[in-house]
Amino acid sequence: MAIELKMPALSPTMEEGTLAKWLVKEGDSVASGDILAEIETDKATMEFEAVDEGTISKILIPEGTDNVKVGAVIALIAGEGEDASADQAAPAPAPAPAPEPEAAKPPTENVQIVPETPKRAQVSDPAIPEGTEMVPTTVREALRDAMAEEMRRDERVFVMGEEVAEYQGAYKVTQGLLEEFGARRVIDTPITEYGFAGIGAGAAMGGLRPVIEFMTFNFAMQAIDHIINSAAKTNYMSGGQMRCPVVFRGPNGAASRVGAQHSQNFGPWYASVPGLIVIAPYDSADAKGLLKAAIRTEDPVVFLENELVYGRTFDVPKLDDHVLPIGKARIMREGSDVTIVSYSIGVGVALEAAEKLAAEGVDAEVIDLRTLRPLDTETVLQSLKKTNRMVVVEEGWPVCSIASEICAVAMEQGFDDLDAPVLRVTNEDVPLPYAANLEKLALVDSARVIAAVKKVTYKG
Amino acid sequence: MALIHQRERFSVLVKTPAAKPVRKPPAKASSKAPVLPEEGSNHPRPRNPERYEASQEELLHFYKEMLLIRRFEERAGQLYGLGLIGGFCHLYIGQEAVAVGLQSALEPGKDSVITGYRDHGHMLAYGIDPKIIMAELTGRGAGISRGKGGSMHMFSTEHKFYGGHGIVGAQVPLGAGLAFGHKYSEDGGVCMAYFGDGAANQGQVYESFNMAALWKLPIIFVIENNGYAMGTKVSRSSAETEFYRRGDSFRIPGMQVNGMDVLEVRGAAEAALEYVRAGNGPLLMELKTYRYRGHSMSDPAKYRSREEVQNVKEKSDPIEAAKAELLKMGVSEDAMKAIDKEIRTIVSEAADFAETSPEPDPSELYTDVLVEQY
Ligand SMILES: Cc1ncc(C[n+]2csc(CCOP(=O)(O)OP(=O)(O)O)c2C)c(N)n1
Ligand SMILES: [Mg+2]
Repeated sequence: MAIELKMPALSPTMEEGTLAKWLVKEGDSVASGDILAEIETDKATMEFEAVDEGTISKILIPEGTDNVKVGAVIALIAGEGEDASADQAAPAPAPAPAPEPEAAKPPTENVQIVPETPKRAQVSDPAIPEGTEMVPTTVREALRDAMAEEMRRDERVFVMGEEVAEYQGAYKVTQGLLEEFGARRVIDTPITEYGFAGIGAGAAMGGLRPVIEFMTFNFAMQAIDHIINSAAKTNYMSGGQMRCPVVFRGPNGAASRVGAQHSQNFGPWYASVPGLIVIAPYDSADAKGLLKAAIRTEDPVVFLENELVYGRTFDVPKLDDHVLPIGKARIMREGSDVTIVSYSIGVGVALEAAEKLAAEGVDAEVIDLRTLRPLDTETVLQSLKKTNRMVVVEEGWPVCSIASEICAVAMEQGFDDLDAPVLRVTNEDVPLPYAANLEKLALVDSARVIAAVKKVTYKG
Repeated sequence: MALIHQRERFSVLVKTPAAKPVRKPPAKASSKAPVLPEEGSNHPRPRNPERYEASQEELLHFYKEMLLIRRFEERAGQLYGLGLIGGFCHLYIGQEAVAVGLQSALEPGKDSVITGYRDHGHMLAYGIDPKIIMAELTGRGAGISRGKGGSMHMFSTEHKFYGGHGIVGAQVPLGAGLAFGHKYSEDGGVCMAYFGDGAANQGQVYESFNMAALWKLPIIFVIENNGYAMGTKVSRSSAETEFYRRGDSFRIPGMQVNGMDVLEVRGAAEAALEYVRAGNGPLLMELKTYRYRGHSMSDPAKYRSREEVQNVKEKSDPIEAAKAELLKMGVSEDAMKAIDKEIRTIVSEAADFAETSPEPDPSELYTDVLVEQY
């Protein structure tokens, strides 16, 4: 069988080219590495080398031909022992037909059927057995307890970051860990976020379970390349072979009066990246249960805490192993008139607004997303079905936000349930100012949530 | 103490007895003989700095500036305690001689300065009005950033003081960029980029070193080594704790300077500036200094002993040292007291101004996001 020589693609974007010159003629014998032809692309003239040995039995495209499509057969080579002349009698195959112009077809036929993201069965929080003792715990302690429990359970878990060991954590979240687990597993780093985020990702690839603390997520911008290019994409790029089960955690969002460079919510940034899990809990029980889940999962996790919430106290069930499902929202308050969706510190704002609204006779349902990626759209849409009105509260900028994403979900999947447009209540669209009065003006508060709720319930 | 010294370049490279540079790699890759840099390279070096010989008037001036920083910072600490200053507030107490000694050698308006968040002292050393600095700390409309930046984010383009940056290490490439500008526009200026011992470990610092040396940028990299980065002592964060050596791989000469003596600092600054202004490219200065207060106002500072701090205060305080020298020069106790009073008045006025001037107008929330309108 003769070997077909096809018009090569000489650049990633080349679709066709000019067969400028043949350097061989029919009947010539060629060996691999011989230059057969010169081909011009839009960018350069390239030499086309033989890969196979044999005799040129037929040249199908004469030199000087323009617009030869990539993949068109340009010549035939007869292998050893084959009759090179036999091909000459065969009718010259036409160059491969160019695909029909797309516009010629009705557009629907061209739509590729993309398989849907596989969905797992509905999961819910494990039931808390009746009579379980509830222990008032600060979010700070809950996070520490989660790390300590996982470190006791799994020798591969270690904690690394700036001031996490001897200083006990810049915000005291790692308090006591050095004492219990020692310097091998609780490691102070220099101020080198890019470096230690990479070390964390690499250690995870190699089989460990790093918990990498950023003093705040503002400083993770130094390291974002490793979070996204190294951690988030590895599993996919390796076809599922190489995992990166690392947790990047630390406070996110505005603190108090620390100015523009230290006050930003990165939730929407990370939540836009396939391959990452993004968790942003509000209360102590969720902080604990979800951090434990984050440490256990095989996927890379960005775990967003909030400095202003660290000191708040909430009940945590006293259980041996309180682990919560990732990707599941939580209904914090049931209601029938309007759904208020939020996450992290925004949940507190939403709950405060709901209380005030209740006094005015508006019954608000409050949903804590808890996980920002994957987003629990089902819980959100079910609530929308019930209330038909929705407000999203987010301590962050409005543009390209989680709130924007919820709006899109409501529009695409809950349009028929909407009695009013979904409204976003977010920070003002400015870098966070330092001055006390301006900072207050820039941040979300319950008054703004109430105003939005009144708008969507047509009461304002 | 011999407080300023300069080390031999490349002295960290071990010279083996077979010190002949290996030209061709041997056929077998088993030889471990190091390839040494060429001897006697004609890369220029800064001259050995000498302690500055200040006139009484000059030293009085340095003393006043240092005292102003000290009293200003003490007052800022008080205002923080009263809730008038919020967020992070990093005091410069103990490090005064560094900014004063170095910046007194610069030409404001020609040379540029950039630093991190511990920036109050550098601004005061540049003669920027304490009122508008303090008003920025209290977040008032009259502040130098109109109350929108706060303690960590203050700038004065008029003085070519480029901030005031909150992200550790970011000021280093920014400083190299300012130096690039000086060279590009041939304005004769030099950039002085300050950063801490902790910041010195950030990767972008070394990327900047390489480009600055490669392109011979007129920049002085100033490492203010105050011994700690928050709660981390240099020995716990740094494989090479002699920070003046950190430029070796880039052939950037380094000097180590006693940052607690304003005249040593000033003398070193002159040698450094001479070298950089001559077009030789960057130079690295390590200023050995000490911060008396916590990292920021919220730092309990449990990582060091009270004695350690007390010891530095008693033995190496830059202001006390300058005072003693002035008295020796014949300045009277009364004159010193008068200076003290003068400074206290300036600081009190700044604090009053910062407390009483109004917060920014709410309309300021949306100004300055972008320059132009679209
Ligand atoms: C990229 C980044 N990481 C962490 C921080 C938090 N942080 C602020 S100052 C500081 C210590 C810096 O120490 P050093 O460079 O020695 O300067 P000093 O405070 O001693 O003047 C840290 C860790 C930050 N602002 N930016
Ligand atoms: Mg330091």
